[in-house]
Amino acid sequence: MTKVKSLADLKKMKETLQAKIDLREKGEAAENLVQIKVAMATCGIASGAKNVMDFLLEELEKRGINAVVTQTGCMGYCYAEPTIEVKLPNADPVVFGYVDTKKADEIIEKYIKNGELVDGIIPVNYESIDNK
Amino acid sequence: MSKYKMHLLICGGTGCKASSSDAIAEKLKLELAANNLQDEVQVIMTGCFGFCEKGPIVKVLPDNTFYTQVKPEDATEIVKEHVVKGRKVERLLYVDPTKKAAIEDSKHMGFYRKQMRIALRNCGFINPENIDEYIAREGYQALGKVLTEYTPQQTIDIIKKSGLRGRGGGGFPTGLKWEIASKNHADQKYVVCNADEGDPGAFMDRSILEGDPHSVLEAMAICGYCIGATKGLIYIRAEYPLAIKRLKVAIDQAREYGLLGSEIFGTSFSFDIELRYGAGAFVCGEETALIHSMEGLRGEPSNKPPFPAQSGYMGKPTNVNNVETFANVPPIILKGADWYSSIGTEKSKGTKVFALAGKINNVGLIEVPMGITLREVIFEIGGGIKNGKKFKAVQTGGPSGGCLTEKHLDTPIDFDNLIAAGSMMGSGGMIVMDEDDCMVSVAKFYLDFTVEESCGKCSPCRIGNKRLYELLERITKGEGTMEDLERLRNLSQVIKDTSLCGLGQTTPNPVLSTLDNFYDEYVAHVVDKKCPSGQCKSLMQYVIDPEACVGCTACARNCPVNAISGERKKPHEINQSICIKCGACMEKCKFDAISIK
Repeated sequence: MTKVKSLADLKKMKETLQAKIDLREKGEAAENLVQIKVAMATCGIASGAKNVMDFLLEELEKRGINAVVTQTGCMGYCYAEPTIEVKLPNADPVVFGYVDTKKADEIIEKYIKNGELVDGIIPVNYESIDNK
Repeated sequence: MSKYKMHLLICGGTGCKASSSDAIAEKLKLELAANNLQDEVQVIMTGCFGFCEKGPIVKVLPDNTFYTQVKPEDATEIVKEHVVKGRKVERLLYVDPTKKAAIEDSKHMGFYRKQMRIALRNCGFINPENIDEYIAREGYQALGKVLTEYTPQQTIDIIKKSGLRGRGGGGFPTGLKWEIASKNHADQKYVVCNADEGDPGAFMDRSILEGDPHSVLEAMAICGYCIGATKGLIYIRAEYPLAIKRLKVAIDQAREYGLLGSEIFGTSFSFDIELRYGAGAFVCGEETALIHSMEGLRGEPSNKPPFPAQSGYMGKPTNVNNVETFANVPPIILKGADWYSSIGTEKSKGTKVFALAGKINNVGLIEVPMGITLREVIFEIGGGIKNGKKFKAVQTGGPSGGCLTEKHLDTPIDFDNLIAAGSMMGSGGMIVMDEDDCMVSVAKFYLDFTVEESCGKCSPCRIGNKRLYELLERITKGEGTMEDLERLRNLSQVIKDTSLCGLGQTTPNPVLSTLDNFYDEYVAHVVDKKCPSGQCKSLMQYVIDPEACVGCTACARNCPVNAISGERKKPHEINQSICIKCGACMEKCKFDAISIK
């Protein structure tokens, strides 16, 4: 076991260890972060939602975006799976349909980074799944 | 980097463990493995979440779902529904008792909304048996900062400026205590952590040690640096096996990382910590008695001066602080004295942990800023009185404190206000009483405890408390006189003034405060020979209403002492000289014909 020899040592350790509890800290502060829900019911999983979720987790981390990615049940848009709901801080949630990794990439670059809407939004009278 | 997408936190405090939280964790792990999710979802045993009323708790992050009263057999559903399909298990969510609606997110629960967690910052968040998680939460950085950037005096000044006061009960300024110890010169000095939590109903120290042991170790090392001690001792009662185990694990890990031991952070400072076990005597929470107990002597207090800071453990300068006090130190160093002193009231800074118990809906552990009112604590965080009954009083400060009533509900809670109201902060136990509680019996209950726990060294405490208890017993039996009430008050005052240590000086408080606030109840016992709450058995009678009695004989058949007589289909009667007041007849009566008078 390496010993902690200086404060700088300890701070470096903290940075590496941060990943262990990152998920928990983000969860506690979710309302100030980008929140993404991936629909992971049978329909979503069959259409590749798992890949999309892995892609989002990995890419958001790589691109240094603080986000909370969770899975949720079927949103009722089975025709458009995989679907994801993105909620930027202080904004209403938006649902995107037919999200593959390419689309996910576009959503990160345009909507999450710049707030620019992209194609594929499931529109009209959409309410967040939580309000139903 | 870990690939975990979800964390399942399970409460590993003593309370939830007793409700088989270990089995829940095991079952969750098995279910995850069965679904091949063991690499995506991590199961973590944490310390206490505080919401003991509804334990065992399972918290799911990052979506912040809070499951209550989970049983091992629920693990399958949690994994199949929530983890695999993303659907919350509705029936396990906490239901708000006033709104009758399920709350998914713990942040929206009344219990958590008004809390502010400093001492409990890591409880229910990290795995207490893993130092890495503590380090990830900036653990040991305060120690590093102090050792490499501040002199001992600068550090003491920060603590002084923060306004931190001892959380064990006395409320003595912590920085000042450290400064006094630092100015006494000796070849060896000691830092002692008082983990001899003895108040009935209080469990904040245990929860901190079980949920975040490293924060106490770190703070003790900081204190050692400030006062010039290289040895730390934790005096903990043997009834806390889980806290002891986690402390041992924590000490070993800290030594392994070089955060305890010699030349910490590459400086010349060395510090190590050992455990000392107590046998659970209440008086050993008093610092001189605690020190004698650690020395292998009888746990009896001695006269001050000399104060422990001059001559304590083994005759050397010793600084004794309570667990919760220590747990506040690292955040103060990292965030600064100004941050800490911005919280709380003018003379009581920061937060205080309270253990809510008694007739309250949300029994549990809470941490709130000083200055919050009793009303907020009892009715908002605590969720009000059980079964919709009426609030009567709250005992703060344990057996040494006093009871506060309706008129104190809007008083901001801090050290000085509680004393002014005739009670004290104590270690933070809060026992809530409702309309059914008899205040004379409550005072008698606490006296019973202190008579048992008095060490016997000084006579006011040894004999005086026993006499107080006997007086109270007479009153609850209906044998008291008005002179007895005067005698109670006088004797209480003598015990307060002449006892040797804090135990005897405070034991009459429950008597005095109930006399002050509920004098009518005492008078009812003495003059009318009645107990208004119907608690004192000697003063009540079960009577049968002849109008309502149909003569079904159910009461007579169930009376264990054959005190009820009467002909079938005719009103029955209770022979009061035989009746033992067990209440079995009243329970059995289907016609509400039996009442207490």
